[in-house]
Amino acid sequence: MDAAIRIENLTKTFGRTRALDGLDLEVKVGEVHGLLGPNGAGKSTTIRVLLGLQKADSGVARLLGGDPWRDVEALHRRLAYVPGEVMLWPNLSGGEVIDLLGRLRGGLDPKRRADLLERFDLDPTKKSRAYSKGNRQKVALVAALASDVELLLLDEPTAGLDPLMDAVFRDSIRDFRDRGRTIFLASHILSEVEALADRVSIIRDGKTVDVGSLGDMRHLARLSISADVPHGADAIAKTKGVHDFRAQGGRVEFGVDPGDLSGALAALAKAGATSLTSHPPTLEEIFLRHYSDGAAGGASEAAVAS
Amino acid sequence: MSSFAGTRALVRLALRRDRVILPVFLAVVVLMVASGASATIALYPDAASRSQAVTLINSAASTLAMYGPIRDPNSIGALSIFKLGMMGVLAVAVFAARIVVRHTRAEEETGRLELLGAAVVGRRAPLTAGAIVSVGASVVAGLLSAAGLFAAGLPGTGSALFGAGMAAVGILGAAFGAVAAQITMSARAAAGIATAAIAVAYAVRGVADAAPDGALAWLSWCSPLGWWQQIRPYAGDRAWPLALIVALAVVLLAAAYALATRRDFAGSLVADRAGRAGGARWLRSPLGLVWRLQRGSFAVWVASFAVVGVVFGSLSGSAGDFLDSPGARDLFEKFGGVGFVTDAFLSVEMAFVGIAAAVFGLQSALRARAEETSLRAEPVLATATTRVRWLGAHLVAALVATVALLVVVGVTAGLTSAASVDTPHQFWRVLTAGLIQAPAVFVVIGIGIAGFGIAGRLGVSGWVALSTFVILGEFGRLLSLPQWLIDLSPFAHTPRLPGAPLSWIPVAWLAAIALGLFGVGLARFRARDVSS
Repeated sequence: MDAAIRIENLTKTFGRTRALDGLDLEVKVGEVHGLLGPNGAGKSTTIRVLLGLQKADSGVARLLGGDPWRDVEALHRRLAYVPGEVMLWPNLSGGEVIDLLGRLRGGLDPKRRADLLERFDLDPTKKSRAYSKGNRQKVALVAALASDVELLLLDEPTAGLDPLMDAVFRDSIRDFRDRGRTIFLASHILSEVEALADRVSIIRDGKTVDVGSLGDMRHLARLSISADVPHGADAIAKTKGVHDFRAQGGRVEFGVDPGDLSGALAALAKAGATSLTSHPPTLEEIFLRHYSDGAAGGASEAAVAS
Repeated sequence: MSSFAGTRALVRLALRRDRVILPVFLAVVVLMVASGASATIALYPDAASRSQAVTLINSAASTLAMYGPIRDPNSIGALSIFKLGMMGVLAVAVFAARIVVRHTRAEEETGRLELLGAAVVGRRAPLTAGAIVSVGASVVAGLLSAAGLFAAGLPGTGSALFGAGMAAVGILGAAFGAVAAQITMSARAAAGIATAAIAVAYAVRGVADAAPDGALAWLSWCSPLGWWQQIRPYAGDRAWPLALIVALAVVLLAAAYALATRRDFAGSLVADRAGRAGGARWLRSPLGLVWRLQRGSFAVWVASFAVVGVVFGSLSGSAGDFLDSPGARDLFEKFGGVGFVTDAFLSVEMAFVGIAAAVFGLQSALRARAEETSLRAEPVLATATTRVRWLGAHLVAALVATVALLVVVGVTAGLTSAASVDTPHQFWRVLTAGLIQAPAVFVVIGIGIAGFGIAGRLGVSGWVALSTFVILGEFGRLLSLPQWLIDLSPFAHTPRLPGAPLSWIPVAWLAAIALGLFGVGLARFRARDVSS
């Protein structure tokens, strides 16, 4: 078995809405794979098809070597799922929910359960109706992470967590991955995917628009540069590969195509730059490149073509 | 910001959410009351037939317990409303209570109210809006019923007082709902508390009315439904009991406001205790989860069925005082009972128990629907729990619990009845009479489960079917509906034990149909999308 998840040309329609429109996806065993897309791109539908909760109209979906619609019981023993919107039974305590979900999955490790409760600072004796959104999410996360499973499916799992708990979440995910397990993380929170994912699939309107490591994707996107230059800013603006040039006082900011970086640096040197900061493109910038429709998108496509 | 700010917007929101259920409910209540009245007028054309019917009704403990006495043997109006009046008023009270809970505690529990609370909504606004909608619905039900009775040809004063009485009891139901919504954090529990309060009021006056020779007449004054009976429309026409009912409603509403303004948002009078740090040993299967979720409500139902069994069993002895005349027998056959009077009494009451058991069973089985829409089914179905096991757990729990309730009522009624009559094997006869209700109840549960399996929102078909069966059974004869229509109800095929012979063929058919419906529900649920 080479792939934990393999999806080919998957389609799913709800009435007149096309939620998945020929989606392709491959998640390798042992990687953290990010599924990035805005709201309504089809992330949750993808996960629901993988969980056998919804049936695809056409295409192939394979999960841990099995059929997610048919082999529910066998497959679900080997995976855990954390929904984006965690709804719990109001009169059950968090501890009861964790144990129930863990046992229904085939058991959980009591030591890891205790450890996770402490790390996430969660009181398991509280009734679920008293939990905040973030605490409900912690309940689902503890139940999932304390189970001995091969694959974690996470659907925007940190929407309600504060920054401190976000860090705990990231550590727990890395621990899980370091034990050789696979994680599939659907999110629109770029920093989260950026911090965790080995590879990313970007989807839009139910189609995959880009796949690869963040390094690969960055390679295609521009670097952002800002610098203080006493004179000659105009010459920089005219340099090949420089875009979105802005100058104010003695400060310039611009983006530059990776292949034209040396030319831009030469222009900066000639202008007598006194300070320079550059940062690689963030996932956000990669993301926007795929999602910017209309004028801005057209312009950047043209720039890449030239 | 005024503490009532935003009430108008919340009322509009509530009306928008209830735009189907409100008119449908009002139409059903009003049509039943009005068409029942005109059918009664046609059924008893002359004074002699009326006074004979009233004499019979007033001497049967079972009808007295369920509907109360008729105060004037010569009044066609009083005869027209004796059955539909009590049932209609009860329905309006329960409905009004649930509407208030639905727009207050239920909204708070789901967190939707928080969303609104952050906007310009005063502390008293949600309760006020819920009460306005509920009280408004009660008043409209009263007005339309009065108009319907008047149009059917009954006197104006009595019709107006009947309508006013219905409105007043509806307002009282709304007040029960308002208080219950402050007491507990769970909307389900709040609706249960309010409904239980109405049921207690109904039962208290039932015991008082059925007691021989008016020995317990004072007890009737302990129940607001007893006060409602004192209005005596068409049989004395008194308005002052209305003031008693409305006064109690005002006191309760004031208490609800006092509680609502003092407590925290999402807080309650009864605070949540800390729960267990981990799941009990048995909380490891879908069935375990269903038991954990429903055991509280099941316990309440067991207790109510035990009380009902004791009351019915002990009343069965005094039913023997009933005149054993051809007229009496004819009347009881109209109500569905046959044979000797004690048996007839018990068979009528057991049919009533069957309906109540169906309400429980359907509610229990269709928790599956609530679990699905609230997104709580999803995490369970993402574990190694198949769809069939998950829905099967809800179904099995509902069936077992329904049978358990019938055993409880059969045993309690059997013991008390055996103590008060000399019929041999009375305990076993009564227990069998209770258990024989099960197949028809299973058919109702099956309709709900099959609908839910085909598409989640069709789970409601169970409730539609049950209400239709109740209307057919209670009023089919009165409205002279064709026999085949009345026979659509599974309850029409339940042998009327004790008394009637126990024929197994209809019972076997009912069981087979129920099994078929369960199969459809499970198979279709396996094949459909779980809604998100």
